[in-house]
Amino acid sequence: MTPFSYDRAGDVAEAVRMGAAPGAAYLGGGTNLVDLLRETVARPERLVDVSALSDAISETDDGGLLIGAGVRNTALAAHPVVRERYPVLSRAILAGASAQIRNMATVGGNLMQRTRCTYFYDTDGSRCNKRAPGSGCDARGGFTRIHAVLGASEACVATHPSDMCVALAALDAVVHVERAGATRTVAFGDFHRLPGERPDLDTVLEPGELITAVELPALPVAARSTYRKVRDRASYAFALISVAAALEMDGERVGDIRVAFGGVAHKPWRATQVEDALRGAALTDEAIGAAAAREFADVQLLRDNAFKPALATRTLIAVLNALKTGETA
Amino acid sequence: MSIVVNGLAVAPPGDPRVSLLDHLRETLHLTGTKKGCNQGACGACTVLVDGERILSCLALAVQCDGREVTTIEGLAEGDALHPLQAAFMEHDGFQCGYCTPGQICSAIGMAAEAKRGVPSHVSADLGGAVTLTREEVQERMSGNLCRCGAHNGIIDAILETAMMEEGA
Repeated sequence: MTPFSYDRAGDVAEAVRMGAAPGAAYLGGGTNLVDLLRETVARPERLVDVSALSDAISETDDGGLLIGAGVRNTALAAHPVVRERYPVLSRAILAGASAQIRNMATVGGNLMQRTRCTYFYDTDGSRCNKRAPGSGCDARGGFTRIHAVLGASEACVATHPSDMCVALAALDAVVHVERAGATRTVAFGDFHRLPGERPDLDTVLEPGELITAVELPALPVAARSTYRKVRDRASYAFALISVAAALEMDGERVGDIRVAFGGVAHKPWRATQVEDALRGAALTDEAIGAAAAREFADVQLLRDNAFKPALATRTLIAVLNALKTGETA
Repeated sequence: MSIVVNGLAVAPPGDPRVSLLDHLRETLHLTGTKKGCNQGACGACTVLVDGERILSCLALAVQCDGREVTTIEGLAEGDALHPLQAAFMEHDGFQCGYCTPGQICSAIGMAAEAKRGVPSHVSADLGGAVTLTREEVQERMSGNLCRCGAHNGIIDAILETAMMEEGA
């Protein structure tokens, strides 16, 4: 690790004041940042510990939920309202990492975690535009089993690693952000970026901005929702493909639907084309397959990830059928 | 402020880069907590902070200022082993023993999580009380790897201890 100072912020105002300093970075549970520090991928000069701030979950006036950025992943997954009204969020969190890491990791930190592209971490041997802008990308042409099939650029083919964020993308969440003297909200779908020419920027946050909360709207369709993750072992592995989905049937036809994919892109991928194609349609395997084909129409395959569109489609069919018949586990 | 380790107050490190794991091992000479991967992939460094299981390799020691840390050295009461320690011996829950301190600390944290109803990836019902079946324990302990492959004995030990506590 390169040297840095450490301060624990007493409140949000103090945190954003400290975080405005050049070279400052916010520290949540540390489960990703400490690793990045150790690998010298991250080299902040000042750490502002915000892990003890904003750790409350409260119901909003319009029937939604306001989740403090410091809430630990375990606490969010176990919250009674989340389990009952947004089961996809509990399921997504519980599919991620290990219990020890979920006990440490914060909601804000989860949104800010960085790709697990091995070339991004390989400071000694690999070029990476995300780590060192302009240096090149050794993932392209390398081992690309975990890499993106949608929305990638010439500069970067990394995927976003979070499970929780895939659920938040499906749930129309809103991110609350603060910096000295200003607060704003960002729709979840706009929070993470596609790589384009600037893969070093994962999110739309400006320097010094701090996530203070994530808000869930009241969303009746979410009461019947779930998350399915396909990975190389049964537990404690990152997703090859994941699906977050919520479904409300209107007789034999789809009433309302939300779908997001993980493991396919630089950001959690809200599948609006799947939703548009299936809303009002009869829920058959053929219809789901055709809807997924629309979503993956612009797919760009690399050497090792050509399996992803088919795997995502099959997983989506399985998940929607399970939701239709009421087996949400 | 100070970190309370196994009931004793100790000073946090002067350099904020020191992980809790290195502080325990190198400064406090509590070498029961093991360094396996040092990147959050193996669970060998698992300790309890304010009763919750965490990975000490991914925690900066300064983050634990004002908190209570329990390591494997803090579990036995004199010569009387913690019930899980005894159960691991009874069920051959190890071969080389390197992952054992982390497994035991993790299992203690896991039991507390199950008791307060935290669901897991394999829980069919998100809302119900938790029953620690073999499948549940396998999933909940998946963050602790055993390269010797003693997982069956480890799970036997954990299940037996959980049943004893339930009956107690």
